[in-house]
Amino acid sequence: MPDIPSCPVTGASESLPEYPLPRAAECPLAPAPAAQELRAGKPITKVRIWNGSTPWLITRHADQRALLPDPRVSDDDLDPGFPYVNAHRAEIAPVTPRLITNTDAPEHTRLRRTVNGPFVVRRIETMRAPIQKIVDDLIDDMLAGPNPIDLLKAFAFPLPSLVIAELLGVPYEDHDFFQRNSGVVLDGAVAPEVARKASGELAAYLDRLLTKKMTDPGEDVLSEMAGRVKAGEMTHTEAVHMGVAMLIAGHETTTTMISLGTLAFLQHPDQLALLREAEDPKVIANAVDEVLRYLTIVQTGVRRVAKDDIEIGDVVIRKGDGMIFDLHAANWDPEVFPEAECLDITRPARIHQAFGYGPHQCLGQNLARLELQVAYGALYRRIPTLRLAADLADLEFDHTGTTYGVKSLPVAW
Amino acid sequence: MLVELDVPKCVASGQCVMAAPDVFDQREDDGVAILLEEHPGDELLDEVREAVAICPAAAIRLAEQ
Ligand code: HEM
Ligand code: SF4
Repeated sequence: MPDIPSCPVTGASESLPEYPLPRAAECPLAPAPAAQELRAGKPITKVRIWNGSTPWLITRHADQRALLPDPRVSDDDLDPGFPYVNAHRAEIAPVTPRLITNTDAPEHTRLRRTVNGPFVVRRIETMRAPIQKIVDDLIDDMLAGPNPIDLLKAFAFPLPSLVIAELLGVPYEDHDFFQRNSGVVLDGAVAPEVARKASGELAAYLDRLLTKKMTDPGEDVLSEMAGRVKAGEMTHTEAVHMGVAMLIAGHETTTTMISLGTLAFLQHPDQLALLREAEDPKVIANAVDEVLRYLTIVQTGVRRVAKDDIEIGDVVIRKGDGMIFDLHAANWDPEVFPEAECLDITRPARIHQAFGYGPHQCLGQNLARLELQVAYGALYRRIPTLRLAADLADLEFDHTGTTYGVKSLPVAW
Repeated sequence: MLVELDVPKCVASGQCVMAAPDVFDQREDDGVAILLEEHPGDELLDEVREAVAICPAAAIRLAEQ
């Protein structure tokens, strides 16, 4: 066979879908229609991303479960085939220390076990009462303040900030400083140098606090890490980076689940009524998992690179190929969730992949679940007349961030 | 029923403890799973099945029912 010039290949790849795929304006909470079509027709297929590279897009629940725990599927973002989310991520990869977010077993296993202690289920459960207090105080303030109000500012944003401060062991008198600076870091609208300054101040603050915890430890994550630093199991710098990483990974995600989750419930009054009247904590717990499934807010998907050839179904993923796991498409896979487009808090929802799957599955998932259980459990009960104070069509959604959130959520009661 | 736990594979997520607290626990310091009961009673079958299904590391096996 003669050598075929590169034209047909270019031609073929030019028709590849561009990822991320757009959502439909009339269904702002549903996954991109094209992702659902691909899942039905071409569940493992190539797409084109911002830098012109063509990683595989994996959309079926079962394929994601088969691939994500596979040791050939790597989180090494220094590999030239890694499908970076954007130019900024590509730029910072070479200057980012090796953390749980960019390593594979056995290094990942070792690092993750050094930070996992505070996330052990039994220890997370001890945070229920402090979280309930934070939630009750925020709702008291809301009820005493103006009506209507932006739920994001009044409730969804401060809650995770205060919880992470509690988790890390930030003393109460520093909560304002902590919340103000994390607000700036997470605010997409501020100038990059302003965000960088706030993030520098936070890191410097956590650095000082870590040093203090070396001699005066408490029952918190920073004290735990201070102990590990003393024992020579991690460096001081790694511990500070890990503290900042927890703040970044745990704040916006939880904020978004509170605001977008509330929007989803307000759009489904029957489900909201079921949730509000639930006596059994298991019903509330399942409602949290169902709304996590339904919304699957991590819209960039999970990114990986193949360290070896992988045969799956009728495709071969080659060593060095990038992979994008579209979590929302998998969580609306009718093979696992019949009538996936219905929010149904009574369905078995626990097997969703909103926290990912495999060794990198969300470190903070048990804490996130607890925060959401307490938040949903209290907010709609204490404010039973809560309603949207804007038209759905006027809400502004964030299509470019890691999480798909709403920029503000005006509510009244 | 016979439950098997592959400890080296475990990523210490605690999902098994959430699903079947009478069968699994976690080490206090790093969260690695502990199998409390190799032969749990049949009334726990559904819980163990859920633990198998949601373990992110595929580290739990239901060897016999
Ligand atoms: C509802 C809220 C949350 C959602 C939807 C969420 C989602 C996710 C997802 C999808 C991943 C997997 C990334 C991957 O596989 O590459 C992840 C990882 C992670 N999450 Fe979360 N998360 C949430 C809350 C939190 C909280 C509260 C914390 C910490 C306090 C946290 C800390 C982390 C960390 C450190 C990782 C990296 C784990 C690793 O790579 O081993 N997250 N999260
Ligand atoms: S669910 Fe799996 S990975 Fe998580 S603690 Fe249990 S055995 Fe380990």
